[in-house]
Amino acid sequence: MNSSVIIFPGSNCDRDMDVALKKFGFKNKMLWHNDTELPKSDLVVLPGGFSYGDYLRCGSMASKSRIIDSVIKFAKSGGLLLGICNGFQILTETELLPGALLRNKYSKFICQNVFVKINNSDNKYFKNIKKNVLELHIAHNEGNFFCSNDQMKEINDNNQIAINYCNQNGEINDIFNPNGAIKNIAGLLNKQKNILGMMPHPERMIDSYLSGEDGSIFFENLMGNLK
Amino acid sequence: MEVNENIALEHGLNKSEYKKICDLLKRTPNITELGIFSAMWNEHCSYKSSRLHLKNLPTKGKKVIQGPGENAGVVDIDDDDAIVFKIESHNHPSFIEPYQGAATGVGGIMRDVFTMGARPIANLNSIHFGSPQNKKTKNLLRGVVQGIGGYGNCIGVPTIGGQTSFDECYNGNILVNAMTLGLVKKNKIFYSKAVGINKPVIYVGSKTGRDGIHGASMASAVFDDKIEEKKPTVQVGDPFTEKLLLEACLELMAGDSIISIQDMGAAGLTSSSIEMASKGKLGIEINLNKVPCRESNMTPYEIMLSESQERMLIVLENGKEEEAKKIFDKWNLDFSIIGKTTNSKKIELFYDQKKVTEIPINALVENSPMYDRKWKKTKLPKKNKFNKDNFQNLKIENILNKLLSSPNICNKEWIWQQYDHTVMGDTILKPGSDSGIVRIHGTDKAVAATVDSSAAYCFAHPLTGGKQVVCESWRNLIAVGANPIAITNCLNFGNPEKNVNMGEFVECVQGIGEASKYLNFPVVSGNVSFYNETKDKGIKPTPAIGGVGLLKNYKDMITMDFKKSGNVVLVIGKTEGSLDQSIFAREILNIKNGPPPEINLFNEKNNGETVLNLIKKKLIISAHDVSLGGIIVAITKMCIRGNKGIEIGKTNQLINQFQYMFSEDQGRYIVEIGKDNYKEVKKVLDKSSVHYDELGVVLEKDIIIDDKTKLSIDDLRESNNKWLKSYMDN
Repeated sequence: MNSSVIIFPGSNCDRDMDVALKKFGFKNKMLWHNDTELPKSDLVVLPGGFSYGDYLRCGSMASKSRIIDSVIKFAKSGGLLLGICNGFQILTETELLPGALLRNKYSKFICQNVFVKINNSDNKYFKNIKKNVLELHIAHNEGNFFCSNDQMKEINDNNQIAINYCNQNGEINDIFNPNGAIKNIAGLLNKQKNILGMMPHPERMIDSYLSGEDGSIFFENLMGNLK
Repeated sequence: MEVNENIALEHGLNKSEYKKICDLLKRTPNITELGIFSAMWNEHCSYKSSRLHLKNLPTKGKKVIQGPGENAGVVDIDDDDAIVFKIESHNHPSFIEPYQGAATGVGGIMRDVFTMGARPIANLNSIHFGSPQNKKTKNLLRGVVQGIGGYGNCIGVPTIGGQTSFDECYNGNILVNAMTLGLVKKNKIFYSKAVGINKPVIYVGSKTGRDGIHGASMASAVFDDKIEEKKPTVQVGDPFTEKLLLEACLELMAGDSIISIQDMGAAGLTSSSIEMASKGKLGIEINLNKVPCRESNMTPYEIMLSESQERMLIVLENGKEEEAKKIFDKWNLDFSIIGKTTNSKKIELFYDQKKVTEIPINALVENSPMYDRKWKKTKLPKKNKFNKDNFQNLKIENILNKLLSSPNICNKEWIWQQYDHTVMGDTILKPGSDSGIVRIHGTDKAVAATVDSSAAYCFAHPLTGGKQVVCESWRNLIAVGANPIAITNCLNFGNPEKNVNMGEFVECVQGIGEASKYLNFPVVSGNVSFYNETKDKGIKPTPAIGGVGLLKNYKDMITMDFKKSGNVVLVIGKTEGSLDQSIFAREILNIKNGPPPEINLFNEKNNGETVLNLIKKKLIISAHDVSLGGIIVAITKMCIRGNKGIEIGKTNQLINQFQYMFSEDQGRYIVEIGKDNYKEVKKVLDKSSVHYDELGVVLEKDIIIDDKTKLSIDDLRESNNKWLKSYMDN
């Protein structure tokens, strides 16, 4: 399987993603924001970081970068496009996903483990994962997902919520919401379910010495679903 | 502007220094030249009060590749790898503007490290604030934490550890010390020494603005009522540009075009250009019209003294300019050839085709003032006598709860959760542990790092305190299974012109030197911050020690959480029961005099090496050093982290239980061992003549002391967690 990771100036999880993809069997290529052509890819990843410094709204500059047109074309033709953290922010800024990611509710950067419950497993990312609840890791300042009522209705009608913040037993409520996201949304799919944006970083949880191993489950499963 | 003595005094120079400048030049300096002298000769850049004493520190060792004198120290971690590391203060700016002050502190220290060719792999910090009741404390803490996070998180370097303390001595002068570790191949280390004449001098990075002019001079003076007016002297950080600069520099460094490289830190273009020329015994010529400026009509004086961030100076091989420029263009950074090296041994500056500065380099560097300041020795205070009356009506559980929720012992999660500590995917031991640990990417090796300081001990007796901080650093590395390699020090003190403060400095440095020599734990880099004084009130002496150690295999790492009920818990090292200067004496008994706990370097070394030996034999299951709060606080933390309990049997009968539990005697560790290994562990300890006590047995839950006292782990955890969060969120 071939994957491509896009590096924007200010990306800082690009290497971690490269390491994780390779560990689980992807042939990965790194692309620069000024490139225009995507190589043949089964998966394209927008990694975490602070693209262009995020001095405007997070992800907004990246949504106007040179590479982004071919990324949009790739996704619109059904290609798997995964955005992690800043990548999720870029996906909402390009309007490939609805809504926006606002400043965390308590106005603080948060770096910690969280539990997420899989809401939609009818897609290449979560299909066949045996657990309902995964322990993942977040590290962000702007992960407070927000959208209009109309958008929310559409999200629900199309079952676009991928994962919600919860506790280890899968209970979803305010107490287990680290950033104030509407409905505890931690990850979101597009209508066609080929685009996934999520705040948690599975690439930081790929061996037992790191924050945990549920990231391995995510990548292994994704690889399995692509084969 | 005609320069005279008054203008020199306004620049922080004294009369005799001004006279010396005129003598060295054999004329009156112009304003640009005066600015350059004042920048090079202030305390921050010249170390004029400290140099004499710092040279006694042990700086050499088998593992030392580069000691003090470069941008950072470098140590060997086997194979082709080396670690570059240093700690630096950003105290004065952080008090005036906490977010930017702390952020640029982190940016500055990271630049020091990647200037040497190393990719930063871990950040740490040591931050100290005034009393929680002081009205400024909360905002300063919030701003500093956000500033450290804002910069480090954006660059994508994990913050893996640190230390936070509160003491009213910091009410008017907070301390913000930032430390960075970088990884480099031994044959790709870059230095600041310029070599060869007619080599192009290149400016890269951000443009030069008017920010930070006289920043280094500000850091070399005490504060008064008008500190708010100094806000314009605080630099503004741009972590995004630093990230680009980091990637661009590392890309250029992969080739062979760089002769020398130096970041523009304190005193900006002045100190970087002069340092490169001085180390190479060369001259340097700069055309100031070529310096990329952010603002219009900047004068030579302003360009030379600006402390705008994210800038580097590079001496390139001839003919490599185009190749280098391509890289900086790719990263959208300014690249300008601003001058060349010469054989004049002078710094010569041109502006609008006119020569505006001509100063011999040695006048600025070798001839910079050095003072043997008067200093006063601190007598060892007399010990207090503690007897039963002191402990009447005290209950261990009440004291323990109080200490666990006290500002200096409480859980600091509120702080370190705002730092990205997991980016780069190699953090295997997070903040809140004895040391933080990151793996050396793609290998079995890992480095451990810790920052420590003990102002109460250093204040009570600087010599002992200085030794203690080094020992604590060494212990924190050993407790996680790392072999200690070397230290960096950030020496935060009051006004060196006062003999008491100067004495504190001299004796702390002496203590640091003695301990690091004995433990073979050399000082490879560091920084001095004097004048931490506001309206005549100085801080307690607060040398912060950053220690670095190596684990040959990261899987041998030891953590502090108790693992399995039934395991035996030992205290390694002797508990004498000395309470003076313990947090128990200071905060529960309100006894603030007396000497700090004694340091016995022989025991320290012997105990530490024996613990390491036990770890190598895989006989230790968990470990934690005993520090603030004594044995009982140490084991409570191990219980909380492991969600386990402990049954503590009859302990040392010779001293009172309060003394046993709360004393802060040095050189001690708590270790958890398997029941079946007890015999073998005893054998190793006896063979090395290490004193140990059998403390108790790990339980599934609760701390039980003498069958009488039973404490729930959940309650203790709640005590430990609540204070900082509720303080900051209310």
